[in-house]
Amino acid sequence: MSHPRVTGVGLTHFGEHSERTGRDLFAEAGLAALDDAGVDPDDVEALFYGNFMGELAEHQGHQAPLMAEAVGLDVPATRYEAACASSGAAVREAVRHLRSGEADVILVGGAERMTNIGTAGATDALSIAADDLYEIRAGMTFPGAYALMARAYFREFGGSREDLAAVAVKNHDHALPNEYAQLRTEITVEDALGAPMVADPLGLYDACPITDGASAVVLTSADYAAEHDLDAPVAITGTGQGGDNLALHDRETLARSPAASEAADEAYGDADIDSDDVDIAEVHDCFTIAEVLAIESLGLYEPGEGIGAARDGKTHATGETPVNLSGGLKAKGHPVGATGVAQIVSLAKVLTGESTWSDDVSDASVGVAHNAGGTVASATVHVLEVRE
Amino acid sequence: MSDNARDGAFDDWLDAVEDGEGYYVECENGHGWLPPRRVCPDCGSRDLTETPLAEAGEVATYTEVSVATPQFSADTPYVTAIVDYGPVRVTGLLRGVDPDEVEVGMPVGIEAGERETTGDRAVVFRPR
Repeated sequence: MSHPRVTGVGLTHFGEHSERTGRDLFAEAGLAALDDAGVDPDDVEALFYGNFMGELAEHQGHQAPLMAEAVGLDVPATRYEAACASSGAAVREAVRHLRSGEADVILVGGAERMTNIGTAGATDALSIAADDLYEIRAGMTFPGAYALMARAYFREFGGSREDLAAVAVKNHDHALPNEYAQLRTEITVEDALGAPMVADPLGLYDACPITDGASAVVLTSADYAAEHDLDAPVAITGTGQGGDNLALHDRETLARSPAASEAADEAYGDADIDSDDVDIAEVHDCFTIAEVLAIESLGLYEPGEGIGAARDGKTHATGETPVNLSGGLKAKGHPVGATGVAQIVSLAKVLTGESTWSDDVSDASVGVAHNAGGTVASATVHVLEVRE
Repeated sequence: MSDNARDGAFDDWLDAVEDGEGYYVECENGHGWLPPRRVCPDCGSRDLTETPLAEAGEVATYTEVSVATPQFSADTPYVTAIVDYGPVRVTGLLRGVDPDEVEVGMPVGIEAGERETTGDRAVVFRPR
């Protein structure tokens, strides 16, 4: 099979940009990706765009054509919405279009504005990824939902708040050299344990920040990249998506995320690799416990074993399988609709030697992106490999 | 919110809980569900029957929420729990117990209560 190439990447700084419009944020990231790719904008055939809370944060639905216009493209544009996995879903659709030969050049990206509606407003907007009648009306917030999973995990497998704090410490450490990251501050386990509670056992430092930002990648067919002599060594060789019941209480297990396992199995099969082949991963650590669930779903650790990975240094840049070299959602930030594509950007930069962490993982040739929506009722996984 | 239209199956279900006649839907293979639905997502059965909820369930997991949505600002802090009733689990507010004394496995009963912030009805669990 001919695997699509990551031909250009672009990000805005992730952080607080409350006075910038979503279209301005996306234009910055999209134009950066087009410039980086070096493709003729006239060759771009479609925009696949991820966004979750545009109606609530900007009173703006139907964002995809607006975003195409913002980057100067007159192409069909579609918004993908799968909560926090929105742009992961957009990447997957683009990969399938490029593989089928239906298109040769697609701009894929995402954007979110969140800080302009404040903490309570963003908590409210994020909560609608849960079941309104049966969860939100019972006071479930997103931190609350992951807290319910964290307590269930501790009960089933063991683990402690200290173990979770180690995830936060590691991801803050990884974000230090990332100029696009929101939180570039070193923290300690004691800082994390001493932070105010959000939803116990999760404190403020177990949670990702509220973030504005945008991301974009230009994906091209392998044939197009070859014909135009483009410098695009990273291929997306595997894609997978899984689903689960929306309400947490309807799930078979509260301490695992089977939708992500399904997505990983599908993506690994598609790429003809297995979890042992994975060198680096960008996973959806909206909360520290989410990273633990993610690395277990990806098969990097058995259920119950992921909780100690950060504490033991295994997922650090210097460890056996570095996870979230960008700083992850935890420290890089989580502009919801932009996150899935930002993970692809981060992996591509590490694999092509453009990341400050590239030297630490110079043998890395296989990267995996794990993007989760809601309490993982949606999940996408993509495999990236260096091909030439 | 209270002037909203009734949310069909949800309000019917909460009425039943309020009357002490809470139920869930169950297929012939024993898969239980809330919210009520037309088809079992596990096995595809469309033969779902209303089955009474047990008098008490057990707390499966819980959290004390300190940062809430605006619709719960006056309720904060509060405890949200998922309670296990055998073939089905239910999410609700856990009241009548000090948050520090909540334990997984604790038996609780179910009733209809009110959210302090908005007066909207809500599922409430209390220790039995």
